Amino acid sequence: MFDIDPVSLARLQFAATALYHFLFVPLTLGLSFLLAIMESAYVMTGREIWRDATRFWGKLFGINFAMGVATGITMEFQFGTNWAYYSHYVGDIFGAPLAVEGLMAFFLESTFVGLFFFGWDRLSKHGHLVVTWLVAIGSNLSALWILIANGWMQNPIGAVFNPVTMRMELTSFWDLVFNPVAQAKFVHTVGAGYVTGAMFVVAISAYYLLCGRFQAFAKRSLIVASAFGLASSLCVVVLGDESGYTISENQKMKLAAIEGMWQTEPAPADLNLIGIPNVERRTVDYAIRIPWVLGIIATRSFDQQIPGIDDLVTRAESRIRNGLIAYDALEQLKSSPNDSRAAAQLRDHVADLGYALLLKRYVADPRKADATTIKDAAADTVPGIGTLFWSFRIMAGLGFYFILLFAVIFWDVSHQNFSRRWLLRLMLWSLPLPWIAAELGWVVAEYGRQPWAIDGVLPTFLAVSSVSTAQILFTLTGFVLFYSALLVTDIVLMRKYIVMGPAKALGLDAPTPQPATVPAE
Amino acid sequence: MTIPLDYESLRVIWWLLLGVLLIGFAIMDGFDLGVAMLLPHVARSDIERRVVINSIGPFWEGNQVWLILGGGAVFAAWPPVYAAAFSGFYIAMFLVLVTLILRPVGIDFRNKFSDVRWRTFWDYALFAAGLVPSLVFGVAFGNLLQGVPFIIDSDLRVMYQGSGLFELLNPFGLLCGLLSAAMLATHGAVYLTLRTDSTVQARARDAAMAGAATTIILFAVAGLWVWLGIDGYAITGAITPDGPSNPLLKTVVRQPHQWFDNYATHRWTIAAPVLGFLGPLLALLLTMARWRGVAFVASAIGIFGIIATAGVSMFPFLMPSDIAPAASLTVWDASSSRLTLFVMLVATLIFLPVVLIYTAIVYRALRGRVTASMIEKNSAHLY
Repeated sequence: MFDIDPVSLARLQFAATALYHFLFVPLTLGLSFLLAIMESAYVMTGREIWRDATRFWGKLFGINFAMGVATGITMEFQFGTNWAYYSHYVGDIFGAPLAVEGLMAFFLESTFVGLFFFGWDRLSKHGHLVVTWLVAIGSNLSALWILIANGWMQNPIGAVFNPVTMRMELTSFWDLVFNPVAQAKFVHTVGAGYVTGAMFVVAISAYYLLCGRFQAFAKRSLIVASAFGLASSLCVVVLGDESGYTISENQKMKLAAIEGMWQTEPAPADLNLIGIPNVERRTVDYAIRIPWVLGIIATRSFDQQIPGIDDLVTRAESRIRNGLIAYDALEQLKSSPNDSRAAAQLRDHVADLGYALLLKRYVADPRKADATTIKDAAADTVPGIGTLFWSFRIMAGLGFYFILLFAVIFWDVSHQNFSRRWLLRLMLWSLPLPWIAAELGWVVAEYGRQPWAIDGVLPTFLAVSSVSTAQILFTLTGFVLFYSALLVTDIVLMRKYIVMGPAKALGLDAPTPQPATVPAE
Repeated sequence: MTIPLDYESLRVIWWLLLGVLLIGFAIMDGFDLGVAMLLPHVARSDIERRVVINSIGPFWEGNQVWLILGGGAVFAAWPPVYAAAFSGFYIAMFLVLVTLILRPVGIDFRNKFSDVRWRTFWDYALFAAGLVPSLVFGVAFGNLLQGVPFIIDSDLRVMYQGSGLFELLNPFGLLCGLLSAAMLATHGAVYLTLRTDSTVQARARDAAMAGAATTIILFAVAGLWVWLGIDGYAITGAITPDGPSNPLLKTVVRQPHQWFDNYATHRWTIAAPVLGFLGPLLALLLTMARWRGVAFVASAIGIFGIIATAGVSMFPFLMPSDIAPAASLTVWDASSSRLTLFVMLVATLIFLPVVLIYTAIVYRALRGRVTASMIEKNSAHLY
């Protein structure tokens, strides 16, 4: 699947660093809101136990937050280091939400997070509560702008190609912001974060209940987290981002690949619940199908068709041929910029220019491609079906499992029943599952975006920097080793503080310290 | 939509804003970097080191966003520069990223085990996290002033032709790196005199004075070196400040003393290098006189002057190419579209003042010195 060439290595580096980063992001998203809720309970009831709960979960939040910030720095600069042509080609649009994210969200979150940790004795109760909410809002706004940027990669609207500057340029900032794919992804992604935060609190609270420690603390945490988890797991699944899968061509291809649907079916299409996709015979073996369901959830209608892979490849082929007309016009414009006929020709076919660029994988000048090459390039628009099919099913299956689990927990805790040991054990063992679901979600979204960096606009293999294989291999190895070491440290520290428990971690059981002596000058 | 500002003005405004963000980063996060750099030197015992770390503990996270925002702004407003600089300075950038990553984890992880080797390891990790980025940012500027070896093809793909990290570490590049490190170390040291007491404060005071003197000397040497040995770049022929962002549509010459040209045509810009000298000089004298708050302001003014000097000298060049001068990236041909520049300007005008206001609120809420007794009393809650 991956060769040792700059494109594969750059992709691998992006995948690795993004997946590492996303080990920490969902917990920040979810836990920040849980902290805000617990502290609200403290301010409303005035009971110290809620403050201690906020501070203890805050301690774990802090370890995680440091890792999230640390791994996030790489993401911001990686577009420049490894994806220089991408940065040139779409920076005019893609850079804007990243910059706004810094201005509007990341500043808010990062400036107040210090006050959250160190402002307990310096602010009034209400003042500190406001700070905690601002951290939560900041981290969620941050996700919004990042997903606006990402949504544009999946559905590049509000922009047009400029032949003089050889890049895409913004035509409507509002189209970029209100991109329906971005909005669907935002709800889905932060929802997944809330589930992660809830599961984290639930699992650790269950651990305390299983060993009979800090029961009052654990029970309260469990009540808050199970309600929050139930609401958010419902939200993730019901408002899942399937609705976004009908908009652009690549999104349709992704959906067809997820389903292993080679042939277009009459509307509303059936859903392949499970089966084994067979790429050679272009079908799903042993499929268990649910009639109509796919058509209804994906198109929210009974009569809209969902195109199959074969039809989409045929469409891609005609778009490549159309794109070649645009490409030809562009080359003419390079040598004679005032050629108005070429300009008009480009304008009419520019929407398919990106498809002609797919041919650059095979020939330096796409206009020299023969019919077989065009067919090959069209076939390239099909992403890896097996990976998408399985990633999606495991993710979605986990989503339904979370609803069920949180529902059962919520039922129990709302009846003051904390004694079912099998359920407590199940909670503890379910700890890693939201991370698995979230990571697989990104695999579906981004591996499914291939062969495009920007859907229909810029193929991934053209987007890389002109850096050497050795350089990328060096940094890739460096990042993987470095991140792995950090991850191990992070887990060891988390475990240490969890085992230590709230009393000791907050210094509540320590004897009053001796009056401090200032070292002599 | 009609855009109420012309392309030329927007480009100049974004050149200024780029300066604001870079200087904002150097002033705000610069003292964190300086403090980290000085950690093993000004603080010898564990409790002293905790004092120093906690003096920046609540602030460095917010301060670091100046860097993230700076990166985002270059991406949004100057995409070709973002593409060329970060892919060109590839391994240098990797070093910056790795060391910058060490900082959040170092600050957060250090205190979580009491083992001496563990803590010593993170002390030196934090030292590297302060020193390496400070050096590399200076080295990058040193190389920008000399021109960077890249070409641009007809698809406007930037191709860096240099041989890698060691080429960047040329004598002038290293000099600028040291200047940057000295400048930020001074800033961090002055900050420490404000936020700590007793031994740490005394050591920081010495470091601030030594750092300020070094900064003045290195800045002077760098200026002299540019005059004697570094050719500047100039656009020849017609300049179209509102032309399309295609760097291949101009011609450029490279000639001696060119980097001093702007000071001759716009006399008032001499204020930049003057402040570059005056800032550290005042910081030195005021630190000596124990006027610590004003000394910090003076140090910040010095940073402003030194970075502004680099910007003014090169204007309108952002990233000259020494092997293909005509492909150099300038303010007039390496920006985003007019619409993007305008939208980003509106966003900046709305949000940057808000950021400054709440930053001030947070600093005010957490004001005061960090002392050893404070650390001992709140041991469980501090770094």
